[in-house]
Parts: sequence; C-alpha cells; structure tokens
Amino acid sequence: MDYAPLLISLRAAIIATIVTFFLGIAAACFVSGYRGKFKGLIDGVLTLPLVLPPTVIGFLLLILFGKNGPLGKLLMSIGKTVIFSWPATVIAASVVAFPLMYRTVRSAFEQIDQNIINAARTLGVSEWKIFWRITIPLAWPGVAAGTVLAFARALGDFGATLMIGGNIPGKTLTIPAAIFFAAESGEMRKALIWVMLIFIVSLIVMTLMNYWTDYQRKMIAAAGRK
Amino acid sequence: MEFSYVPIVLSLKVAFAAVIIVTCTSIPIAALMAKREFFGKDVVESVITLPLVLPPSVIGFMLLYVFGKNGPLGKLFEQWFHTRIVFTLAGAVIAAAVVAFPLMYQSVKVAIENVDQNLEKAARTLGAGELKVFFTITLPLALNGIVAGLVLAFARSLGEFGATLMIAGNIPGKTQTMPIAIYFANEAGDTGQASVLVIIMTIFSFLVIYGLNRWGKGSRRDSRGGGA
Amino acid sequence: MLKAFFQKKLPTFELEIEFSLNNGILALVGPSGAGKTTILQCVAGLQAPSSGEININDKIVFSSEQGVNIPIRKRRIGYVFQDYALFPHMTVEKNVMYGKPQKGSIPNKVLTVSNVLEMLKIEHLRNRYPNQISGGEKQRVALARALMTEPELLLLDEPLSALDQDTRSTLQQELLKLQVQWQIPFILVTHDLQEAEMLGDQIIKLDHGKQEELRKFDKAQ
Repeated sequence: MDYAPLLISLRAAIIATIVTFFLGIAAACFVSGYRGKFKGLIDGVLTLPLVLPPTVIGFLLLILFGKNGPLGKLLMSIGKTVIFSWPATVIAASVVAFPLMYRTVRSAFEQIDQNIINAARTLGVSEWKIFWRITIPLAWPGVAAGTVLAFARALGDFGATLMIGGNIPGKTLTIPAAIFFAAESGEMRKALIWVMLIFIVSLIVMTLMNYWTDYQRKMIAAAGRK
Repeated sequence: MEFSYVPIVLSLKVAFAAVIIVTCTSIPIAALMAKREFFGKDVVESVITLPLVLPPSVIGFMLLYVFGKNGPLGKLFEQWFHTRIVFTLAGAVIAAAVVAFPLMYQSVKVAIENVDQNLEKAARTLGAGELKVFFTITLPLALNGIVAGLVLAFARSLGEFGATLMIAGNIPGKTQTMPIAIYFANEAGDTGQASVLVIIMTIFSFLVIYGLNRWGKGSRRDSRGGGA
Repeated sequence: MLKAFFQKKLPTFELEIEFSLNNGILALVGPSGAGKTTILQCVAGLQAPSSGEININDKIVFSSEQGVNIPIRKRRIGYVFQDYALFPHMTVEKNVMYGKPQKGSIPNKVLTVSNVLEMLKIEHLRNRYPNQISGGEKQRVALARALMTEPELLLLDEPLSALDQDTRSTLQQELLKLQVQWQIPFILVTHDLQEAEMLGDQIIKLDHGKQEELRKFDKAQ
C-alpha cells in the first residue's frame, strides 16, 4: 500500500484550510460591511466556485495559471510552474473550499445582534477591538463550522485538482483521485481502503456540522422570543 | 473541431430527471424529519446529508458497488428492466440525484421548520386534519425554501463530474455530460469546445447565485407580514 | 355547558384547575407563567392534561380514566390566538372560510362569510392580506375565523393585549355583545385584572397553578 496520496491530500487540505480561513473571514467581513451597489456581484463571484462544476473551475485555473495565463507568466518569470506540481493541488483545494468558509462566516456575522455592536460603539471601543472582542467570539461557532466544512471540501476535491494537478503518483495524486484510478483499473480493494478512510473523516465532519445547525436554530429561536 | 451541443442536451436531461426524483423524495422525508421524533433520528440525519461532504469519487465508488453488475440494486434493475445502470444515462441521473438530494432536503427541512407552529395549530382548531394542514398551510408557507432548494439541486445536478464519470463513464453522445465533456475536450486539446461549455456553465452558475440571493431577500420580507 | 377538572404537570409546578360554565364569559387572570395558556390549550386539545376530565355539552372530550382524548378538530372549539395566527398567504376572506362548519351543526344558524364579516365590521377588508391590515382588524378577522366554524365554546388567549387603549375598549364592548348574540361560553385569558372584572361573569385568579375564585355568577342560573 502506497501512503503517498494520504500525505499529498493532507498537505493540500491543511494548507488550503489555513488560506481560506483568513481569506474567508476577511471576505465575509468586507461583504457584510459593504453597502455599495456591487454587493450582489461581489457576493456572486465569491460564491461562484460553490455552484460551478469542478471541471469548470479546473479549466478556469488552467487559463489563469497556464503557460500563457497572466499568473502563469508571472510565476514563470521567477522560474516556477504551478501546473502539474504540488502547489496546484493546494490552489485547487483552496478555490473550491473558499465559498464554504466565506458563506458560513458571513451568515454567522450577520446573525449577530447589531445592538450589541452598537452598544460597544457607545462605550467608546475602537472598531478593531469590537471586531476581535465581540464579533469574532460571537461568530465563533460559525467560524469553526466553516473551517470544518472547508477542510472536508478541500480534502474531497477531485475534478479541479485532476485538471490542474494531474494524477502524478507521489506528486499530485490525492486520495479522491487515487480512489478513481484504483476503481478504474479494477483494484477495488485498494480503492475501498481509501474510501473507508474518507468515510470516517466525512462522518466526523457531518456530526460537527449537525451540531452547528442545531446551535444556529437555537440562536434563531432565542432571537425570535424576544 | 466542430462544436457539439449534445453534452448540453444530455446534461439538461440528467438534471431535470434528477431534480424530479429529488423533489418527490426529499419533501416527504424532510416533512417527516421536521415533524416527528423517533429513535436514531440523528443517525438518519447524518446518513441523509452525508453526500454533501463525501468526495464525488467516493460516492461514485459506492454507487458502483450498489448499482454495478453484481451490486444488489444493479442485479434487481437488470432483472426488471433488462438494462444496466453502469455506463448508461440512468447511472448519470442516479449520481446527480444522490449528490443533489441533501441540498434539496436541507432547504426544504429548514423551510418547514421555520413555518410558525401557531399557524398550524390555528388550522387544527379550525377543524383541519393533518394532511390538510400540511398542504394548505405548511407547504405554501415553505414554498420559498422549496424553490431555493430546487434551484440549488438543479445546479448541483448539472455540475456533477466525479461520481458521474465513475458510474456512467464518458461515452460521447450517450453519457458525456457538460462537466465531463469539458474535462475530455481539454485533455484532447480542443480548447474551443471546452471554452464554450465553460462560459455557458459559468454564466448559468452566476445567475443561480444571483437569483437565489435576490429570492432570499424577497421571501424574508414576505414572511414577516403575517403574525403579530 | 363546559365542565372541566384536570391536573397538568409543568416544569416548575403542577397546575390544578376545576371550573364549570354554562354561558357567559369566564376570565382567567394571572401573571405570565401562571399556566393560563396551558389551560386553554388543554381544553382545546393542543395539549393533553396529566389527569382529569373535560366535558363540553355533555360530551366527554378528554378523560384520563376512560382514556378519551378527542382530537382537536372534532372538539368544536373556536380558538383565538394571542398573536392572531392569521394565515399570511391567504386573504381575509380565505382565512375566515378556512374552517367550515362541520356536520351536525346547529341547523337554524346558517352562517355565511358575509354575515360574519358584517357582524365584525370587516366586510371591506375581504380581499386584503393580513399584512395589509391593522392590529385591531387582525383581531376581528381572527374572531370571525373562529366563529365561522360555529363553535360550542370560544377560547381567547390574551386577545386584546397587543392593542392600543382605544381599540381595546371598543373590542371589549364588542366581545360582550358577541357573547350575548352567540350564547356560547367564552373563556378569556388576560393578565389585566381590570379587563377581567369588566368582561368576566366568572373570574378565576391563577397563581402557581392554584386557583382562587374571585367572582361566580352564571348567567343561566
């Protein structure tokens, strides 16, 4: 049994989760505070990878990071190529995971009672302090749920990773791709081991997510009672 | 190479069939889960929503086991209808329905749970039986959530790649849907075909998100008019 | 004619109540959390008492001894909810028509929607939706909807608490008139003792599940 896909998948998922954690919170913070007329457009673009088929995401990333793509050329000038190398797995995983983090955190931000924030303002607390001392602690369950979801999505990506990372064993072959190619070549036993592993991770994620939805419902019910 | 419309037609067929299946199954199940308490409900809930977090290739693998030549349902299907599921459009429909189901289910369940229970009680005091309450009060008031779920399920069905590839394969003109066509066109260096499909899917996906956001805002305003 | 005695276990105390009422208005007063709404819901069949018996017009609708618990839709009870619970997706007319009189209703009382709407002075609101009318109007629609089923008993859960003083006095007068017109018992829940004294032929004060009779006068006696 070759364990390389496990390490490659974990590396991609962990780095992608860290990246989306910060970008997701920043984007959620920006969009929930933004009042301009492009709000719908910005939200649409940020959510897009959630609805786009993975192969479309892969194709768009190829255009962006390919030999002739704007970012591809830039990287080429410092002597690096992303396509079919391990950073490609990280990029694909980050892009597909991002909207989950962004949306969950944003809905958590928007559920916070605005009066609490306003009360803090009347007490002369700086916006920066309000964000770290009030907004983030109150939105914490949402942030945690978004992180878990993003991790699961990053771990599970198949189509987009396959397109820009390829399936080079020991380099870019992740677990979902390993399952596909093992099943394809009839090595069902090998595929089954990977399936079981992913299954366990997914069950844990599901349980955590259900806790979050229960919590959210309780919050809404509590708000309605007032 | 000439542009082929066939993947678009196949994708639409698959998505429509999947959405019909998902609608018929998710509404009664969501109603049951929202209204009844029973032993092991949490476990059922997790199993139902599992495809939401499972990687597509894992779903594809499991579908192959169940619907394959020697799988329990695969054998049954072959006895009844004398056709296989693997490598046919039926397989693509099943894959799409499985991945779309949890999205629809969750939207419908939340919508049903959000219907003010006092309205349902009021209907009961006016002599309505449980079925009448469900069809005249609960369902119409949950309609916004149901439509949102429908759109999400349709978009998800249309975009399915990994699981579909595993169970339905990549047979041009037969099971090659849009996402699969994009992958293989790109592999084969046919960037023209891939680009057109990518543009179509991107515009469609954007409209779905934009529409749902608008719809969400509108419905929130509507439902507030009632009660107090 | 309504006769009821029952117990109901609540999280913090046990509710114990006994009353009978031929005609007229029974006012249940007490602070919030005293169990007033629970009593109404037990009579209506939205909740089941822990033990006891409820008897409407010589028909047992609940009995813990005999194991009877008639479903709410067969109890012939009108219920006006605290927040009115009007169906937001239906017009006033559709709301009022939602519950039709059941078979076996009193034959000489032939009710039409127009009758009821006219009686409550809301004819002009027929085609409006609940979010297009005022609080007082919603109250009238809720009353009309409950009366349309020709109930044998009308339950009102704090029906006037959300209204301003003027609308409130007008509706108090109308409730009194309605009761005289309909000749069925009303049970009215309120936290306002003054309102109870003004409307109630009988008044029961509730505190921590124990009842105290403040006034007993049955019109039929």
